[in-house]
Amino acid sequence: MKDNMSLVGNEEKFQSKVDAEEKVEPKDWMPEKYRQNLIRQISQHAHSEVIGEQPEGNWISRAPTLERKAILMAKVQDEAGHGLYLYAAAETLGITRDELIDRLHTGASKYASIFNYPSLTWADIGAIGWLVDSAAIVNQVSLQNTSYGPYARAMVKICKEESFHQRQGYNIMMTLMQGAELQRDMAQDALNRWWWPSLMMFGPHDAESAHSAQSMKWKIKRRSNDELRQQFVDQAVQQAQAIGLVVPDPDLVWNEQRGHYDFGAIDWEEFQRVVSGNGPCNRQRLAHHVSAHQEGAWVREAMAAYEAKRRAVPAEVA
Amino acid sequence: MKLHDPLTRYVVRLGDDALIMGHRLSEWMSRAPFLEEDIALSNVALDFVGRARLFYQYAADLMGGEVTENTFAYQRDVRDFTNLLLCELPRGDFAFTLCRQFLYDAYSLPFTQALCKSADSQLAAIAAKAEKESRYHLRRSRDWMLRLGDGTAESHERCQNALDQLWIYTDEMFECDALLDGLIATGVAVNTASLRSEWLDTVTETLHAATLVIPEAQGGVTGGREGIHTDDLGFLLAEMQFMQRAYPGLQW
Repeated sequence: MKDNMSLVGNEEKFQSKVDAEEKVEPKDWMPEKYRQNLIRQISQHAHSEVIGEQPEGNWISRAPTLERKAILMAKVQDEAGHGLYLYAAAETLGITRDELIDRLHTGASKYASIFNYPSLTWADIGAIGWLVDSAAIVNQVSLQNTSYGPYARAMVKICKEESFHQRQGYNIMMTLMQGAELQRDMAQDALNRWWWPSLMMFGPHDAESAHSAQSMKWKIKRRSNDELRQQFVDQAVQQAQAIGLVVPDPDLVWNEQRGHYDFGAIDWEEFQRVVSGNGPCNRQRLAHHVSAHQEGAWVREAMAAYEAKRRAVPAEVA
Repeated sequence: MKLHDPLTRYVVRLGDDALIMGHRLSEWMSRAPFLEEDIALSNVALDFVGRARLFYQYAADLMGGEVTENTFAYQRDVRDFTNLLLCELPRGDFAFTLCRQFLYDAYSLPFTQALCKSADSQLAAIAAKAEKESRYHLRRSRDWMLRLGDGTAESHERCQNALDQLWIYTDEMFECDALLDGLIATGVAVNTASLRSEWLDTVTETLHAATLVIPEAQGGVTGGREGIHTDDLGFLLAEMQFMQRAYPGLQW
């Protein structure tokens, strides 16, 4: 009874701290559900960065010029770095990277479903950088104010790099649109395939979002899925038009009254199909990660064995 | 694409080593044993691709006309590539990649140091940047030799196997030919034969510390400088050059 009382007291104190926009730090008391919710969200975010290395990394070996090759390498390397910050942020919540990777491999933990689509042409590298990174920025800028300190600070760093990624993607699209007809077709085709999955990145509509209400109350999430999606559409449509691309949505129209673009209905069946494992590349993406991890086991073991020997040496000498 | 000017041929040769090495390293992206190595391997890969670009840009300046750095990378076939065979071998497992890297870095550091003194100021400038990178690369690959050689029985065996396979490709690094002889005489090129003893000292010291043994000499395989490659290079080029071959003459 007394324990229950103190728990209630803790939760109230926690909520008032969050309400006052104070950051929650790793050693602070936090509700267990807050901790679990954050682990879920941060690890999903980390896994997305890491699985995202695959569709883009695919094109490092085939990039059309040396400059594009070098830029793409740097970009994909940044994504790996983001994965690293985010795993580190998740680890402050009392879970190890091994456990997080295990959850990814068993399917208990998800990654952004958009990376289950293939990157078929060079223009896809443009579309991913432009749209997927734009969507990520819109989401992550709002997360710079998330209530959990380590997550918020990771977002500040990540956002800076993402804006370089977004520019490189858009630059690829712009270059294609200024090129030959086959290049413009390639760019348009990539937009056609990546547009709707990009909109789906923001998750279900607010009314249907499973974790939204509590996450907003705890200020883990700062803006709703639909708000963020609208912001993304408003800016991406203008960017598409500026370089002569046509957004593949017949219902897209500027709404003077709202001051936003209205857009067509998202195909949530498609979203569910891909999230639940039947997108074009789900199996390959996961299998690739599992096999790299398994093939690397002997290296990790060697490193641990070597370090253990180093630690043992001074004792032996003494 | 036939190159005649000796300096251009030399510069392109150095660019080829760097590009092919960088390309092979970049194949590790998303496949490394852990995330930090995805980042580290791609860092080294980027250094090599960056180095290749500097050499090719210089070669393009020397040739003039329509030639750019991309001409060298994307519009030459396997017989025109003059990289060391060591650089083009498929990446193999992590031990193979790191052993290759160590053997090359142990050569690359004294090479770039010597190239800093080239009579050609442009080459000396490129070398000054590359030397700093090579110093870090060698420290890193040497550390990995220690960890893998003196880690577990499995890592030791994999590492020793990799060394045994790679050893016959190391002679080529120190080979001199008519092109080099001419450029050495004018102080432009590095006399690679003179780097062998320093290289061997580094390798011997490291392998000893890593509990690995120097493979028995088996004679060297060469040919890269003459465009006689392993079968693997053609496949690497087919992949790397796909865009420029499928859609020639466009801006990307």
